[in-house]
Amino acid sequence: MNRMSRFNVTAIALGFAFLYLPILLLIIYSFNESKLVTVWAGFSTKWYREVWNNQGLMDAAWVTIRVGLLAATVATVLGTLAALALTRFTKFRGRTLFSGMVYAPLVMPDVIIGLSLLLLFVAAGFDRGFWTITMAHITLTMCFVTVVVQSRLLSMDRSIEEAAMDLGATPLKTFLQVTLPVIAPAVVSGWMLAFTLSLDDLVIANFTSGPGATTLPMKIYSQVRLGVTPEINAVSTILVAIVATGVIIASVLTKRREVQRRRDEQAAFAQ
Amino acid sequence: MKSLGSIRRSFAPWNDSSAKPYISFKNVTKRFGDFTAVDDLSLDIYNREFFALLGASGCGKSTLLRMLAGFETPTSGQIILDGQDLSQTPPYRRPVNMMFQSYALFPHMTVEKNIGFGLKQDGMPKDQIAYRVAQMLKLVKLEKFASRKPHQLSGGQRQRVALARSLAKQPKVLLLDEPLGALDKKLREETQFELMDLQQDLGLTFVVVTHDQEEAMTMADRIAVMSAGKVVQVATPAEIYEAPNSRFVADFIGDVNIFDGNVVSSEGGKTQIAVSEDLTIVAEQNGSGPASGAAAFAIRPEKVRIAREAPANPGFNAVKGEIWDIGYLGDMTIYIVKLASGQTVRASRLNASRELENPIGYDEEVWVSFDDNAGVVLKD
Repeated sequence: MNRMSRFNVTAIALGFAFLYLPILLLIIYSFNESKLVTVWAGFSTKWYREVWNNQGLMDAAWVTIRVGLLAATVATVLGTLAALALTRFTKFRGRTLFSGMVYAPLVMPDVIIGLSLLLLFVAAGFDRGFWTITMAHITLTMCFVTVVVQSRLLSMDRSIEEAAMDLGATPLKTFLQVTLPVIAPAVVSGWMLAFTLSLDDLVIANFTSGPGATTLPMKIYSQVRLGVTPEINAVSTILVAIVATGVIIASVLTKRREVQRRRDEQAAFAQ
Repeated sequence: MKSLGSIRRSFAPWNDSSAKPYISFKNVTKRFGDFTAVDDLSLDIYNREFFALLGASGCGKSTLLRMLAGFETPTSGQIILDGQDLSQTPPYRRPVNMMFQSYALFPHMTVEKNIGFGLKQDGMPKDQIAYRVAQMLKLVKLEKFASRKPHQLSGGQRQRVALARSLAKQPKVLLLDEPLGALDKKLREETQFELMDLQQDLGLTFVVVTHDQEEAMTMADRIAVMSAGKVVQVATPAEIYEAPNSRFVADFIGDVNIFDGNVVSSEGGKTQIAVSEDLTIVAEQNGSGPASGAAAFAIRPEKVRIAREAPANPGFNAVKGEIWDIGYLGDMTIYIVKLASGQTVRASRLNASRELENPIGYDEEVWVSFDDNAGVVLKD
């Protein structure tokens, strides 16, 4: 292999530093003994214990996870259906309008989505809280699922669906037994994307939440305004760990499947 | 056991006016927007027939097959199978199965599950499915691969799985869309004969779509040559080759020499066509030739003789030319002869003896000749 030039090494180092140095600092200081965030006073895990005992933070985390699970699941179902409609029925009335509207939240500023949803919930007389945040997150994340699933549907060989119908499967059975298993990886990654987005969201949650329903990002944000505590660092580190684990598992699985598949194919053609 | 030949020779329901067609296309038209894929087409296919739809890509043959399978609905016209109008029947209730060009195997299922898929949809008990799947695996000689996934198979094996899957439900009609298109030449030739045997053994009706004329000629009882959404000719392979009904068919199937001219006389069972100053063609009359006016004479290269010596009656079915090109293929040699009129004639000669000495060479003057009944007269 060629040795990398000094310029390349520097560029890569700076790039990674730019991306990950803040996160690294955060993780390091979450193990800080001192109550002062910027002064290192030795290694300790006490802030993790503190987090565990902080009822407010734990409640917020629990709300966030429930909103995330529910919103991601509903958004995945709706987003997959939208993707199906967009790829399979190419000629229905108002298709362009529909696809434009599905994708709108992708480019719309969060503030505007949040504000418009707030106006809607107020006008409709909903009590703001857990359910309104969930609904807002469904709206926000559905389009991401649609994008992911649609690209898989487009690259899928349509004739396998025809083959299933040809062999006597009704359209519903065809979808459940053939289409869904084939697009499952995309559906799963759509779900993970939706879950992560919901986990991350601060702006829309702020607009649509009510008393008693505070998500973790909201909680962190409000606490940070009173000063960063090592507790926040610890919570954030946990969040980073969860997300990183998810991403690593997903990519390892994909990679391994790809390798296995290539090996199988070679074996098949070597016969 | 009777040989395939003896069964085949006696099989000709299309000549029997009392035989009822099994599949009928009646004035079927299919339009996609402005494009007419199938144009007012009528066609009859008989039970146990091996029928081929042959044509260049875009001629409508695949659309016709897909309408039979139920994936496309005719814009107008009727498709009748075994006395039943299929227009309102969705694909999953039709007694036909299709083998797809891409094989369309379910990538997430094993070979066994793929083959058993159709049976499972019918609600067949598990043990019966297992029995039938085992039977099918044996039929296509894939017993050892039952628990593999499609991506663990070679192209030829995938083709067999697709075939087994489409046969598992014992359909009345099997549709095959370019079944051998993805196989290499040697495998393709083997599989052609296997498909023919299989069709004969199972007593099914096969409708195959292909753009490969050799494939159609080898396998089919009858061929429908299609062009621009219409059937140009439906006949046995031999009739299509020896008695094409139009210039298009003559040109599409195999190699052909076509002489354009005018009918001089048409009497006594012979048609005389003036082609050029030094050539008048005398041909036996046939159904498709005109009695007067412009006409074309089509003759296959293997029916054209070339010789150094002048034939008995020069000027009539014989003309002088010069060797322009020679293609030596081992078993036969193809000569391209340029006539005084500028037209080239292709003649092929079987190398029945080892003519190593004094072969006909480049730039040599030769006589091109043929018999009265060697070609067909066509409308211009």
